[in-house]
Amino acid sequence: MTATRAWLLLIAASLTSFALVEGAVLARLVVSAVMLIAAFKVRTVIGHFMELKFQPRPWRIVFEVWTLGVTTIILGGWWITQI
Amino acid sequence: VTQAAVKAARLPGDPGVWIFIIADCCAFALFFLLFTIGRIGNPDLYERSRLLLDPTTGLLNTLILLTSSWFMVRAVEGARAGERSAVTRNLALSMAVGAGFGVSKIFEYSHKIGLGITMLTNEFFTYYFIFTGIHFLHFLIGLAVLAVCLAKARQDPLDARYVTWIEASGCYWHMVDLLWIMLFPMLYLLRAV
Repeated sequence: MTATRAWLLLIAASLTSFALVEGAVLARLVVSAVMLIAAFKVRTVIGHFMELKFQPRPWRIVFEVWTLGVTTIILGGWWITQI
Repeated sequence: VTQAAVKAARLPGDPGVWIFIIADCCAFALFFLLFTIGRIGNPDLYERSRLLLDPTTGLLNTLILLTSSWFMVRAVEGARAGERSAVTRNLALSMAVGAGFGVSKIFEYSHKIGLGITMLTNEFFTYYFIFTGIHFLHFLIGLAVLAVCLAKARQDPLDARYVTWIEASGCYWHMVDLLWIMLFPMLYLLRAV
């Protein structure tokens, strides 16, 4: 590792530590992760339990759009309240 | 998944149930939008109200529905293989585990009403009772459909017609599951920072 890379790493690590404690970044990341995990669960249920993983593209697109849409609505709306 | 496997695939159940599932999912997407708009308008009220919900109960309900869905998948696989005992056993397990959701929901509603919280308390709880109530209605219909599947599995031949029936029922049951997967974090987990 060059000195420049080490410096960049140290700066990034310092900013990350500060943001985690002071900026409520961690809490916001946790909330975002909760919704992204929910989206992952929905895709898993649709793909494997409802067997849409094995279906032609148009059927899969309908449910991908639904999952993306509702995740964006719920998480996007939540982020608006954070601004 | 290979292209050949996709081409050979057949939509589980019949197209009618899928049209219904898509329409229902769209209705719930509208519910999520209404709730989100309400939350943007009054985040403090939504947060105070959310704190009155018990996320552990919500988690328990999620685990119950996921496990019930898994037994349903096994029941459908049993029907395709023509194994009657696997169908009846897994359907019964799916219903037994799934019934836990109903018991939990009744306790949850009773507890809220006992605290004086109703759908008239505020906007958050109006949405809470309407959305989870409509979802609960879907759940009850699903349980009834599974009961019919179980009765049919005991007396009817496990032919292609039965497989179509149980596949369609399974997809409906999984939809109840996936709607809850979104309702749970939206109502119980999205906290103010």
